Amino acid sequence: ECPSGVVNEETFKEIYSQFFPQGDSTTYAHFLFNAFDTDHNGSVSFEDFIMGLSILLRGTVQEKLNWAFNLYDINKDGYITKEEMLDIMKAIYDMMGKCTYPVLKEDAPRQHVETFFQKMDKNKDGVVTIDEFIESCQKDENIMRSMQLFENVI
Amino acid sequence: MAAGVAAWLPFARAAAIGWMPVANCPMPLAPTEKNKRQDELIILNVSGRRFQTWRTTLERYPDTLLGSTEKEFFFNEDTKEYFFDRDPEVFRCILNFYRTGKLHYPRYECISAYDEELAFYGILPEIIGDCCYEEYKDRKRENAERLMDDNDSENNQEGSMPSLSFRQTMWRAFENPHTSTLALVFYYVTGFFIAVSVITNVVETVPCGTVPGNKELPCGERYAVAFFCLDTACVMIFTVEYLLRLFAAPSRYRFIRSVMSIIDVVAIMPYYIGLVMTNNEDVSGAFVTLRVFRVFRIFKFSRHSQGLRILGYTLKSCASELGFLLFSLTMAIIIFATVMFYAEKGSSASKFTSIPASFWYTIVTMTTLGYGDMVPKTIAGKIFGSICSLSGVLVIALPVPVIVSNFSRIYHQNQRADKRRAQKKARLARIRVAKTGSSNAYLHSKRNGLLNEALELTGSTEDEQHTTKGTSLIESQHHHLLHCLEKTTGLSYLVDDPLLSVRTSTIKNHEFIDEQLFEQNCMESSMQNYPSSRSPSLSSHHGLTTSCCSRRNKKTTHLPNSSVPATRLRSMQELSTIHIQCSEQPSLTTSRSSLNMKSDDGLRPNCKAAQITTAIISIPTPPALTPEGESRPSPGSPGHSTNIPTTTTTNIVKVSAL
Repeated sequence: ECPSGVVNEETFKEIYSQFFPQGDSTTYAHFLFNAFDTDHNGSVSFEDFIMGLSILLRGTVQEKLNWAFNLYDINKDGYITKEEMLDIMKAIYDMMGKCTYPVLKEDAPRQHVETFFQKMDKNKDGVVTIDEFIESCQKDENIMRSMQLFENVI
Repeated sequence: MAAGVAAWLPFARAAAIGWMPVANCPMPLAPTEKNKRQDELIILNVSGRRFQTWRTTLERYPDTLLGSTEKEFFFNEDTKEYFFDRDPEVFRCILNFYRTGKLHYPRYECISAYDEELAFYGILPEIIGDCCYEEYKDRKRENAERLMDDNDSENNQEGSMPSLSFRQTMWRAFENPHTSTLALVFYYVTGFFIAVSVITNVVETVPCGTVPGNKELPCGERYAVAFFCLDTACVMIFTVEYLLRLFAAPSRYRFIRSVMSIIDVVAIMPYYIGLVMTNNEDVSGAFVTLRVFRVFRIFKFSRHSQGLRILGYTLKSCASELGFLLFSLTMAIIIFATVMFYAEKGSSASKFTSIPASFWYTIVTMTTLGYGDMVPKTIAGKIFGSICSLSGVLVIALPVPVIVSNFSRIYHQNQRADKRRAQKKARLARIRVAKTGSSNAYLHSKRNGLLNEALELTGSTEDEQHTTKGTSLIESQHHHLLHCLEKTTGLSYLVDDPLLSVRTSTIKNHEFIDEQLFEQNCMESSMQNYPSSRSPSLSSHHGLTTSCCSRRNKKTTHLPNSSVPATRLRSMQELSTIHIQCSEQPSLTTSRSSLNMKSDDGLRPNCKAAQITTAIISIPTPPALTPEGESRPSPGSPGHSTNIPTTTTTNIVKVSAL
């Protein structure tokens, strides 16, 4: 799929969308692409790819959480705002597509974001910093357990 | 899923870590690579010749004998090999099929022996590769014909066919005169009468002897009565034969449209028309013309002669070549006729009076006939005339051999190609059907893969065999990925089959009970949270059971229960029963649904105790906040989560299926 040795965003979106045929995964793929494209040059080279994968699969919990934070932080300013989280959330929900049960409500993403912020935003300042994020995640059993789920992917 | 994309699956799964902090339900377990045995060599002993191959090679085609567990029947414990008492030569081809995917048919093999071996190993002959398929089909056809001949001769000797009806026997007798002596007699009689009829037509016109008077009469008029009787007899025989064939034909409509029957009709019509129209001098001219059609009786011979039929068929199939010949000839004729006309215009008393009159000269010259009734007299005319005759040779001599060779080639090819095409089409259609069947199964299993996955999940505590068979590792991983997405969002993919979902939901309910108990026993601290977090999945799956997007509007609700975990168990059990009963509570549900689609608000008054509706977000909040943690995103009741009363101790699953 990538004979030139780099993945550009279109290819990335195409490939990713093949795994989620029912919904529209282009937005999420866009965010994911930006998370992998660490030097922000518009294409994911093999090094970027490998680095991302190694963090995800063999990194410490801290590193993984760091990566996830990086994914959510769209503008890479070190803070996750509600708008950014909302975008991410909408993208995730888009991937599910239209035919779901229960039917997707309009503000389900927003609610999800609210809950997320409730959990993560300790000082209630409306943004989640990396430390708050890591701290809250480490306190959450479920999240910790889920992170280990994908250890043996490769 | 494309094979190329499957390579990216691990990447997508790794990226799924990005959902983890956001998700609020615990993720399903990942499928492990079960049965990761080392590939082992197996030994196949076929009549003493040992073949060795990998087990996975044979398992490529699981619907054959060697690919399935059927071969275990042939397993020899002492020697640890599979012993088959069959032909080792053919087995070589069969094993190559497993290795390469192409089945070849060796020329030296007898076709029926080969067929038998294929049938034994459970391999369809249609899979034979293109390289050997034609050979195979040819041999098979010859064999079938031989078998048919054998059968026919057998049947003829037996002489009894009680299964065929009278009509079918007659039709068979007509088509194959060799089947019975009566048919043979009929065949020869009709042949004789056709000959008689044709000969009378010919002899009718021969002048035989003079009559007193000076005119020479043709025999037809001299012995008019005799000829008329002969003609009548022949026509009667033909009519009877035609009517009999019409009666016996299995498809009368098709028979009427066939060429032979048209020839029959045309052959006997003139007689009847003549009967009708005697004594009418005006149309006697037309009547005489009709008699010409009597010559068509000679075409009836084509039923008796295979060669005539073949000729007609090849002419039909070479129509384009013939057309080209005709066209080029016409072009040449017109050119040369024009030239000759203008060349001969000058000479006096020239026969070339017009261009159409020159056509005759051109045709006669180009076909090297040279009658000599029209000859050019001028020098220019002679020059062009010689050019005409030379080019005639070329124009005619060139396409004719091409056409002749085309005849034989096209004829043979048509015979074989038509059959092969039809068989190939049938084969492809069969393979296509098999493929779509399997891809449908894949889609079906993909859709159910989520359910099956849930089954896997709940069944994992019980037994591993509960997992679906036949889903590859990649498939199960893909399903797991989709399942994680479901869990992240709290939504779930729809399954269209309500029956399936009902069945699986009841199974799941029971298993959830066990697992829940198990979980409860394990984790006391988050006991309250855990069931609540389980419940969305339960209800989401349960929700699957009762409705799909736009199908049903029923709602099922739980009767409120107390908060004791034991009663939760009961509530779970009730879940399965109530689900069945939900249809029996139409008043409850329809009243609710009649109020409003979004009548969750209406639900509240009906439920005395606190209820937790399932929600996307089921964060394991501290017990005090458990009720709010879950709110189903039912349409139109956005603030539902806040409406839940605060009896925190009651963790009751309210399932509202919309």
